[in-house]
Amino acid sequence: MSKELIRLVNCRMDFDGETVLDSINIYFNDSEFLTLLGPSGCGKTTTLRIIGGFLQPTSGDVFFDGVRINDVPPHKRQINTVFQKYALFPHLNVFENIAFGLRIAKVPEAEIRDRVGEMIEIVSLKGFEKRKPDQLSGGQQQRVAIARALVNRPKVLLLDEPLGALDLRLRKDMQNELKRIQQQLGITFIYVTHDQEEALAMSDTVVVMDRGRIQQIGTPEGIYNEPKNAFVADFIGESNILDGIMRADYVVEFFGRKFRCLDKGFAPNEPVDVVIRPEDVDIVPADSGHLCGTVTSVTFKGVHYDTIVDFKGFKWLIQTTDLHQPGEYIGIRLTPDDIHVMHKSEYSGMFGDYSSYSAEYDEINDPDAVIGGEENPEEALNNEE
Amino acid sequence: MKSKFLAGPYIAWMAIFTVVPLGMVAYFAFTTPAGDFTFSNFANASEYLPIFLRSIWYALAACVICLVVGYPVAYVIAKSTVNVQRVLYLLVTLPMCMSFLLRTLALVSLVRDTGIINSFLGIFGIGPLPLIRNSGSVIMGMVYNYLPYMIMPLYTVIVKLDPRLIEAAQDLGCDTVQTFRRVVLPLSVPGIVSGITMVFVPAVSTFYISQKLGATENIMVGDIIETQFKGSLNRNLGAAMSLILMLLVFVSIGLMNRFSGDDEEVATI
Amino acid sequence: MRRAGKIWTAIVLLFLYAPMIVLFVGSFNDGRDLSEFEGFTFDNYLDFFADSDSLRLLANSLILAVSSALIATLLGTMATLGIHALRGKMRRAVMTLTNIPLVNPEIVTGISLSLLFVFVGRSMLGTENILGFGTLLIAHVTFCLPYVILSVMPKLRQADPSLMDAAQDLGCTPVQGFFKVMLPELWPGIIAGAIMSFTMSLDDFVISYFTYSSDFSTLPVEIYAIVRKPVPPMYYAMFTLMFFLILVVMIGMNIVQARDEKRQERKKLKSA
Repeated sequence: MSKELIRLVNCRMDFDGETVLDSINIYFNDSEFLTLLGPSGCGKTTTLRIIGGFLQPTSGDVFFDGVRINDVPPHKRQINTVFQKYALFPHLNVFENIAFGLRIAKVPEAEIRDRVGEMIEIVSLKGFEKRKPDQLSGGQQQRVAIARALVNRPKVLLLDEPLGALDLRLRKDMQNELKRIQQQLGITFIYVTHDQEEALAMSDTVVVMDRGRIQQIGTPEGIYNEPKNAFVADFIGESNILDGIMRADYVVEFFGRKFRCLDKGFAPNEPVDVVIRPEDVDIVPADSGHLCGTVTSVTFKGVHYDTIVDFKGFKWLIQTTDLHQPGEYIGIRLTPDDIHVMHKSEYSGMFGDYSSYSAEYDEINDPDAVIGGEENPEEALNNEE
Repeated sequence: MKSKFLAGPYIAWMAIFTVVPLGMVAYFAFTTPAGDFTFSNFANASEYLPIFLRSIWYALAACVICLVVGYPVAYVIAKSTVNVQRVLYLLVTLPMCMSFLLRTLALVSLVRDTGIINSFLGIFGIGPLPLIRNSGSVIMGMVYNYLPYMIMPLYTVIVKLDPRLIEAAQDLGCDTVQTFRRVVLPLSVPGIVSGITMVFVPAVSTFYISQKLGATENIMVGDIIETQFKGSLNRNLGAAMSLILMLLVFVSIGLMNRFSGDDEEVATI
Repeated sequence: MRRAGKIWTAIVLLFLYAPMIVLFVGSFNDGRDLSEFEGFTFDNYLDFFADSDSLRLLANSLILAVSSALIATLLGTMATLGIHALRGKMRRAVMTLTNIPLVNPEIVTGISLSLLFVFVGRSMLGTENILGFGTLLIAHVTFCLPYVILSVMPKLRQADPSLMDAAQDLGCTPVQGFFKVMLPELWPGIIAGAIMSFTMSLDDFVISYFTYSSDFSTLPVEIYAIVRKPVPPMYYAMFTLMFFLILVVMIGMNIVQARDEKRQERKKLKSA
């Protein structure tokens, strides 16, 4: 639909002999909202900094509008960035922070006033022009950072975990706001986050990264419904990941039983990973189930119950709206579209088993628990280091 | 990263005006006035061993007194409200910026036999007390001049001490004395180390305080070195003694830093 | 306990200030002896301002202090930026170099410089009179530099490194970025370093004593030279004036620091 704007070709980045990016190939289309998603240390911020010009790849090329820009310094790129902790200039007030780029570009004073005023409207900061950054709340600082970048009318806006320091509610508001601004201005947004919900909610395209490599590129729905490997399946949402064998096209065997599925094109009898999403599983009375197991624990989560069921020693997470007490013997039914089959990968066997599940499981895994920091400034501080 | 080249002029400056001069000291220390290699300067310097020992002893005594006198002061300042802290800290550091020669002269006028203190005591028929021209008065002069150097680093350390640690110690059953001995004091070690360093170095090498407040039997290394150079007696001997003094200081600082396990930027003002 | 500590602090402060009070009183004393007050007078102040020699010495000291503070601040700030960009062994080596004048006894620093100057004068420039303003300036810059570095370095560490990225992102060249964004962050440290250099240079006696010549002498050196005779009371007047000058400077510096600290505090609270 739209044309290609940026392309990274075989980009590799080494720091002190350690490879943080390993042959990244990716392109970004004009006016799309693309998210680089992955756990910390996966290389997403490095990728962003290469696009912004703050890093030069150890090898590989960066193209902007078809021109190689490896050696173009950041100040000559038509790209602007919203930095992780905003990086607002503490000695300048809101107006001057936003006007900074225009002043450097020697834009006439009258035009500066118009454009900054317009941006202040867009990010709803009217009346705050004279404030210094340290007199603003986190959300307001965030808006200034966005306005300061956008006022320069960049072709691309890079956002490095821009909502990471905000609390949960504010973060949701800002997600909508960012999406609105992006659609209103029609600028390419390249967004870095470790928050999968954020990525799914905002993006046109999601790029899942880990260990310096791209694991999967796709639409939010595509990535959720058809993860390419165990890492993606586990990182995006919750997944039960089982060992299976592809007996034929549309037939996969696990737990000693054959199931119909929608996947094909595997080698005969190829060992595979089978993904079953916790919310897709239907619990039925034991005598009518495809598989039977014992409930070992139940945690109330508000909308649903997290029910852990032991199937022959392999524990599944099942999300149901009905309560099943621990100790209850139950059955489950699976329809073909509940089952998603993936090739084996280096991540096989690492994820998708809920044996160690406990009520705290999510909090440990979920970076929000710390970063949101609603009640716990201590942890948020520690986290900063 | 080209900004590292900005350190170039500085490194050159420091090499030429710090490292090379120290090389000159070493050169003079190992040569005769005619420029021939010799160890005789060190042999001659060894005759001043008692004076070296005396200097070290005075300086150590000054360190201990500064620590004992200064610690409570640093503690009081650190535990005051922010504004009081500022005022007290200013009061402690201000004397360091004032002419130490004139202040020492004034100190002499206070403590000499016909000085202000003895005149005052004389009204009551006491004295005159021997407040000058002895070891004690030289050490007092050092304490007077270098006490702020002890209080500053102690204050810096104590003020950063997390009050929750003290609460935790109390929570775990320490009384006030135990809290101090087991928590506050161990955590003050970096400040103590840097305070001792900052007092010891100028004290051991002083040549003015001993002249003004001491007698001939209180002469220190600094006095000898000064006369070798300024009295144009024997530069080579003076250089040898400077070299020894410098090594002495470096070795003791090295030992002290072992204590605190701190390396970069020890002597923070 | 609290109370005892406060009383102790008061006693220590009295000990530190008693000699200065003596000088203060002495500046209004009609007699020459600090121990005996012989009547109130302003003559010492008038004498000081009428005495061209002491005014020249004061001017010398001030010129020396201002120029060495300026040079040390400029060179030291540059050096701090450079050192900050260094890593590992090189950085440690440079910091060790920085520590040498800090930990070396002043008398050794003074002597080593005088040996260098005399050697260079004799064998390279063929002069016996190399000592003077130039050598004093070099010596003072040398011992001030480490203090500038130690006061700018923490500010540089505190400054958010992404500010420079942000400036470049918004179109600044690295040099522009430094002046527009980084320098305002470093100012408090730079000013503190400059003031420290100024006061240390103004008051330095030991190192100056070995690197000056009678052509260009400074106040502390001359005061040392006249100690064998009684010190003219006009110097007490000068001391008193100096005290208030430095008091004002230090209060000013304190206010700057207080503001800076408050800002850092707020920043910390915000980001928490």
